[in-house]
Amino acid sequence: MDKVGITSIAAYVPYYYVSRRTIGEAWAKKGAKGNRSIINFDEDSVTLAYEAAEDCLQHINREKIDSLYFASTTAPYAEKAHSALVSTALNLRNVFTADFAQCTKASTSALRLALDSCTCGRSKQALLTAADCRNAYPNTSSEQMLGDGAAAVVVGCENIIAVVDAFATTTNEITDIWRNAADTYISVAEERFVTKHGYMTEMVKVVKGIINESGIAIGDIQKFVFTTSNMKDHITLARKLGIEPAKVQDPYLMEVGYTGTAQPLFLLAAAISDAQPGDRILLAAYGNGADAYIFTITDEVKKLDKKMIEKYLVNRNEVKTYARFLSYRELLQADSGQPYNIKSSTAAEWRLQDTYIRLYGSKCKVCGKPIFPVNRVCYNCGSVDKYETFRAADRTVQVFTYTLDNYAGRSDFPLVGNIVADDFEGARYYLTTTDFRREDIQVGANMEFTFRKIHNLAGFVNYYWKLRPLRRVKGGEQ
Amino acid sequence: MAESIKDKVAIVGMGCSKFGERFDCSISDLLIEAAYEAYSDAKIDPKDIQAVFFGNVRANQIAGNPVADALKLGDIPIMRNSNWCCSGHVALINACMAVASGAYDCVMAIGAEKLKDTGFGGLGIGRGDSAVMENRRTAPGSFGLIATRYFSQYGLTMDEGREMLAKIAVKNHANGYLTPRAHFHKKITVEEVMNAPVIAFPLTLYDCCGNSDGASAAIITRSDIGRSMRPDPIYVKGFGMSMDSVMPHLRPNFNWTSFPALMNSSRMAYEMAGIKNPRAEIDVAEVHDCFSVTEMCIYEDFGFSARGKCKEDIDGGFFERTGKLPVNIDGGLKCFGHPVGASGIRMTYEIYHQLQGTVDNSERQLKNISRGLSNTFGGPPQFSCVFILGNEKG
Repeated sequence: MDKVGITSIAAYVPYYYVSRRTIGEAWAKKGAKGNRSIINFDEDSVTLAYEAAEDCLQHINREKIDSLYFASTTAPYAEKAHSALVSTALNLRNVFTADFAQCTKASTSALRLALDSCTCGRSKQALLTAADCRNAYPNTSSEQMLGDGAAAVVVGCENIIAVVDAFATTTNEITDIWRNAADTYISVAEERFVTKHGYMTEMVKVVKGIINESGIAIGDIQKFVFTTSNMKDHITLARKLGIEPAKVQDPYLMEVGYTGTAQPLFLLAAAISDAQPGDRILLAAYGNGADAYIFTITDEVKKLDKKMIEKYLVNRNEVKTYARFLSYRELLQADSGQPYNIKSSTAAEWRLQDTYIRLYGSKCKVCGKPIFPVNRVCYNCGSVDKYETFRAADRTVQVFTYTLDNYAGRSDFPLVGNIVADDFEGARYYLTTTDFRREDIQVGANMEFTFRKIHNLAGFVNYYWKLRPLRRVKGGEQ
Repeated sequence: MAESIKDKVAIVGMGCSKFGERFDCSISDLLIEAAYEAYSDAKIDPKDIQAVFFGNVRANQIAGNPVADALKLGDIPIMRNSNWCCSGHVALINACMAVASGAYDCVMAIGAEKLKDTGFGGLGIGRGDSAVMENRRTAPGSFGLIATRYFSQYGLTMDEGREMLAKIAVKNHANGYLTPRAHFHKKITVEEVMNAPVIAFPLTLYDCCGNSDGASAAIITRSDIGRSMRPDPIYVKGFGMSMDSVMPHLRPNFNWTSFPALMNSSRMAYEMAGIKNPRAEIDVAEVHDCFSVTEMCIYEDFGFSARGKCKEDIDGGFFERTGKLPVNIDGGLKCFGHPVGASGIRMTYEIYHQLQGTVDNSERQLKNISRGLSNTFGGPPQFSCVFILGNEKG
């Protein structure tokens, strides 16, 4: 059998975080240690997934991606393919798309499908995205421990970073963590029951299973990636299995929180980016049963950015009030501000998806001038329908002029930055900004594009692009 | 080359409502207030009007019906246009062309806007066609872009630039203090402007005009008829109109300190009116000061100031009431507010009375003048109209 494995991996941490102390103080108690990441008001699981995937494709030829999987328990639509939307925002063409949902191990289930498709030759390169922004009942420990985030992996048979050596799985029918269809918040059964008959039973079983089936000794594994919803379960699990706690991947609960569906791949990204060629990593992910994988790291790991998560953690901003934590998650409804003058429509959204979702501009084949969006008549030479398209989303731009409007936004974030900016070819963009501090916005500053939800006019989520100070891209690289 | 319209048509009567938060008035009340003053000024009967050109952006019916409903003009043609802030000027220009063509002898241009029935302050969010591409575009957010770029382009610090703009606001408020029909009557200082709340950085509260209700009207006829109607008709010398795309923002190299629509519309109007040196030949101007920075931009694009040098003229008092070229001598949009469809004709109302010597407050009346200009600059901004009047033929 040809080798199959992970050929690229990335994680995404949203710009905002809240201290657990802030949440605790809202309920007149101390609050747990650390911070949890939270989405901005213009983010959801689709936009989180886009971010991780765009980062993951930095060294990958996206024309060769033939499958896109989207995994989340918090997808914005109850019915509609998010994978189709994310694949379009990523400018993928002719891809097989599928959504995975309803369970925190939807991501590792999708990973198995991606790997199997490559093994049997049906797929050459598959991109898997996982994102979550779950809500817990107010004044519960989960409210503090959950975190929002995303991760993405590319799976294939060439240029593999982490070769898959083994896989094992278990299934467990248990109502331990669940959310009814109409509910906003997750429900959690009695903690001792959940741990004993859910997480710990299945995780032990799946790890022992994969060790037995693969014949790889626990001692030959350098890093163990265990998903966990709290600060102690992964360590207890390690002790039960006779694994030194030092070999267990830090679950990023102190700075990010429990990211649900994203967590297995998020922590795997951390483990792989930190690994040496030849290292073995065991991943075990829980959710109504457990999935486990063993990977061997190759020399290709050297191309990965070792600071792929750190770069997001050092460039973020604290939300200092519980009220804002709630309103960004739309648990408190913000006044949307002055009414919109322009109507939206599903037909226009569909017709204009090359502009709205793919962020295409056109470059005149006669005079060579670029413009955004696609213009049929060239503004410079007047040629008609003689252009090639380009995707702007992976470019960076420089601010030409800007204004910071203090009254244009929602009641919970009235400040709106309007930015006019140019890319390296001279194409001009006019967009609002997000994930910024006032002082970040200056004439000449470098910005990057980010895919965001804009509003729900016409009864569906209208997505488009915004500009933000560099987070994904380093130092204004093109 | 096309024949110029110069001196072919004349304005023989004008009316202008009180501008302000007219919560107690409908658009009908505003139209009646402006139209009946214009009839009275022209000494005509409503039956003498053969066609109406109506400028309005926001009335619910997308037609000329608000005028028909209010004024009962007997089913004559009523042609409405909704060209953003220029709607009043477009109505005026269309009225002039209709008379010059010989189709009508006597027509009315009327503009009105009832902004205070929207239920919110401001003009709403979004311009253009796309619900997502301009999802948070407000008027202050559109014009603030000009200020940031101008300061950067010409090496002004934020404070220097903001002080320059503040002087424009202070000037207009000093003028508006003397104008009974204006919305705001408050003298302000540069310090007050600089310390006021920031609306859209770098523009503060006093850099922005208010939202008001108002209406204004003009009776337009052939010049020969006009002369028989009154001794002091005001002659139309020329006009210009230029429309750029709704998103000049997206055109590469669009420089944000100068607007093709402003340049083109003023050039056309100067050519028609035979004006070679606007800085010397224009005696009074009412220009689009929806924001102080808009007026600043117009100084340069209209040739009142040299490129990049308007600060010298602002500092030197060139555009003040006692200066060489008084601009917005009635207080401008800054003091009248901006009931969108009414503003162009309201500005022209001031020029008309300045040229006749019939201004409602003699402290504002200029002496020995012969040429006046009015201008609106609208949309996101991308559309400009210029209208030039004179009190003598030739």
